[in-house]
Amino acid sequence: METSLPTHSDNHAAHHGPAKGIKRWLFTTNHKDIGTLYLWFAFIMFLTGGAMAMVIRAELFQPGLQIVEPHFFNQMTTVHGLIMVFGAVMPAFTGLANWLIPLMIGAPDMALPRMNNLSFWILPFAFLILLMSLFMEGGGPAFGWTFYAPLSTTYSGDSTALFVFSVHIMGISSIMGAINVIVTIFNMRAPGMTWMKLPLFVWTWFITAYLLIAVMPVLAGAVTMVLTDKYFGTSFFSAAGGGDPVLFQHIFWFFGHPEVYIMILPAFGIISAIVPTFSRKKLFGYSSMVYATASIAFLSFIVWAHHMFTTGMPVAAELFFMYCTMLISVPTGVKVFNWVATMWRGSISFEVPMMFAIAFIILFTFGGFSGLMLAITPVDFQYHDTYFVVAHFHYVLVTGAIFSLIAATYYWLPKWTGVMYDNKLAKWHFWCSLISVNVLFFPMHFVGLAGMPRRIPDYSIQFADWNQIISLGGFAFGLSQLIFLALLIKACRKKGEPVPAKVWDGAEGLEWDLPSPTPYHTFSTPPKIK
Amino acid sequence: MLIKTKHLLNILLLVFCFPLAASETATSSINLREGVTDISHQVYDLHMTIFYICCVIGLVVFGVMIYSMIFHRKSRGAKAANFHESLKVEIAWTVVPFVILIGMAIPATKTLIAMEDADESDLTIIVTGSQWKWHYEYQGHDIDFYSLLATPEQQRSGQWIKGDTYLLDVDRPLILPINKKVRFLMTSDDVIHSWWVPDFAVKKDANPGFINEAWTKINEVGTYRGQCAELCGKDHGFMPVVVEAVSEADFENWLLSEKDKILQAKAEEQKWLAMNMSKDELMLEGQQVYTAYCAACHQANGQGLPGAFPALLGSPYVTGPVDKHIEIVLNGKSGTSMQAFAKQLSLKQIAAVVTYERNAWGQNSGDLIQPKDVNQIVKSGL
Ligand code: HEM
Ligand SMILES: [Cu+2]
Repeated sequence: METSLPTHSDNHAAHHGPAKGIKRWLFTTNHKDIGTLYLWFAFIMFLTGGAMAMVIRAELFQPGLQIVEPHFFNQMTTVHGLIMVFGAVMPAFTGLANWLIPLMIGAPDMALPRMNNLSFWILPFAFLILLMSLFMEGGGPAFGWTFYAPLSTTYSGDSTALFVFSVHIMGISSIMGAINVIVTIFNMRAPGMTWMKLPLFVWTWFITAYLLIAVMPVLAGAVTMVLTDKYFGTSFFSAAGGGDPVLFQHIFWFFGHPEVYIMILPAFGIISAIVPTFSRKKLFGYSSMVYATASIAFLSFIVWAHHMFTTGMPVAAELFFMYCTMLISVPTGVKVFNWVATMWRGSISFEVPMMFAIAFIILFTFGGFSGLMLAITPVDFQYHDTYFVVAHFHYVLVTGAIFSLIAATYYWLPKWTGVMYDNKLAKWHFWCSLISVNVLFFPMHFVGLAGMPRRIPDYSIQFADWNQIISLGGFAFGLSQLIFLALLIKACRKKGEPVPAKVWDGAEGLEWDLPSPTPYHTFSTPPKIK
Repeated sequence: MLIKTKHLLNILLLVFCFPLAASETATSSINLREGVTDISHQVYDLHMTIFYICCVIGLVVFGVMIYSMIFHRKSRGAKAANFHESLKVEIAWTVVPFVILIGMAIPATKTLIAMEDADESDLTIIVTGSQWKWHYEYQGHDIDFYSLLATPEQQRSGQWIKGDTYLLDVDRPLILPINKKVRFLMTSDDVIHSWWVPDFAVKKDANPGFINEAWTKINEVGTYRGQCAELCGKDHGFMPVVVEAVSEADFENWLLSEKDKILQAKAEEQKWLAMNMSKDELMLEGQQVYTAYCAACHQANGQGLPGAFPALLGSPYVTGPVDKHIEIVLNGKSGTSMQAFAKQLSLKQIAAVVTYERNAWGQNSGDLIQPKDVNQIVKSGL
């Protein structure tokens, strides 16, 4: 994509520079500030959820009950899951969307800047409520991030009301964020930025935003029904009143499966930006990537019951969901093949973003493989609700979504701050993370296959050896992220070599034509796109 | 960057070696077990097939990738080629996986249909989950009992050495005959549980208010252990499943002796109704019952878990009239985790545990409850 930029200097921007102090952040409507807020918030949540994972792994370090009570253990697994999904991964992608979509399509800002401010600033309250509920009498939510009824209704504690309220706020925030993305992409593209010229990150987020708008209301419905079942005498999920507990699972997973793709489609966009840059070669099949993303999004609506094979569905339904789930691995495979074909006969160099991207491709594919195994219904009966599933979704979410987020941070951070990150720390971060994450999650396949159920605070001694190794990997992975924290703080204080506008020689896209660091206001006049 | 590729190779090796090591023993610490039913063997074969398919795809994809990581490096002077978009290639890598998947779907469909066909069974067991134990009823045989975790508390807290079957021991296993098609009807009294025995490849949710069906036909005599597989609250990790599979003759004998025992117990109960038990007797038995059935929620010290499970110490049920106390133990409290123990415990056990709750933890109320007192409440239908 060739661009010619308005060359006028930034004295215009100087008039409308950021406000000073805390007000800058509270009242900002600037997409870059809001992006930064989202990213830091997500990182803090990542560390918070990580701390809970450390509690879980410490308790599971050896058999027996050592550190926490089973009831508290369940609160930890529940809140860990909620925080990582809704507090870390989703806001981090929204942060990237805020920073990057306007830059990539040549827009001056997001289409709805005030709503943008609101959608961020309600988030901290949602998580404050959720975290504070842990300190209530009876503790916080302890029914798993999937909150199956009736465990979450008749048999839950009084923190359930707070849980419901906080999920509502998260949902509202996500929906507003999604609306903003869609409106921006529809209306704010620079002249000449046609649909099939959009960078894949923009495409994947566009589709993700539709998924969000489709399913977040379903989640809101699910929590509302939980609320009324628990407090207002309805019986949506109670057989005694004519309801059905399995109905809850259908509703939850109708949200839940698209949700897992909400957490991975933008990652596909990121990897599709990074791999061509460091292979110095065009993405192999741009349009097939767009179509693959769209078909994954479509299929993601008709596979939800693969989470429910053991609930006792009719065999015809089981077959339908098995076939659809197997089918979804075809477009997923197309993605992976495309990245590999892009690397093929390229001129590859291994900067840290590329290292994370390569690790993503391989390890995400591991998660895809276990996903394919889980799709085979008769065998899923054995895998279901064991550590094999835990291994699967951590490969796709940690070495998938989170690795892509880290790769994105390294890739665009120099553009944002104007200085190169500390490369030595970055390499340490990569190698420590890569090794520890596999020590952490790979053996989970083994214990899962050997029969260890998930969500248990104590286990029989045959699982002891692997669990010890898993815990050690867990602690190491947790510590490795502190390297990342140090690196980020250093970069945000602008300590490092200044970088040119085009930070990476093979990079393509409008953002690389802007000066580094990115000025506070960009594209006040749209760029010309040839 | 060589280190990088080496590490990748290591990962690959690890992935590809584990099934080989695993197939040596029946119960592996890193792989699915083959189990002891025809179905479980089929499931195992499906598992290995799909696993090897993944291995082959992985070898090809990662092989190409690692090749280009080594040979198409800029530092080696590689110049980027300029090709992109090729309809032929793209059709190929869509169609080939599709065909492989069809090949996989056919045997999977066959096995699935067989697994879901519970018709023409020889024996039906009604399996009921509740927080946190299993109840088994032999349909048409008048035999039913609860099956509780038998691992001593001292092993869990680390005071005693953990045994080989730590957390996988129950007081009364489910006894099943081999070579018979056994049908399970699963349901639950409270939350969703999931009854799982890996060696049978049977895992089915027990949903409150609904009945699910599963079946097995065991080929070998033996003891088979599993666990609840669906998060069901605080003690989800502590409700194991143990099945003892015996020969058909042994099973018939067991049925007879079990029926005998039930008659004896009934006679025994009549005897107890006529007697008065001493405080020591009541307290001793009461403590045992309390530890097995009540302490999970109300805690050994009677103080409960504030906000989750109420304390008994100082509770109006325990300090107030005896009748109300007996009644809540018998019938539970609907809409809460408090279960009805009438069908779980004998009159004598209920008398003992109520006595215990009123005299333990330094209360010494002096109330003694006899089996006949409990019987009166049962009779009056409170
Ligand atoms: C090839 C593509 C995939 C297939 C065929 C697949 C299949 C499955 C199946 C069948 C299950 C249910 C397992 C069970 O509970 O028994 C599952 C669970 C899960 N998958 Fe995937 N999956 C795929 C990709 C992904 C991706 C890309 C993500 C997210 C980024 C993901 C996230 C999850 C999560 C979070 C769960 C578990 C949720 C829970 O029970 O807590 N999967 N997957
Ligand atoms: Cu799914």
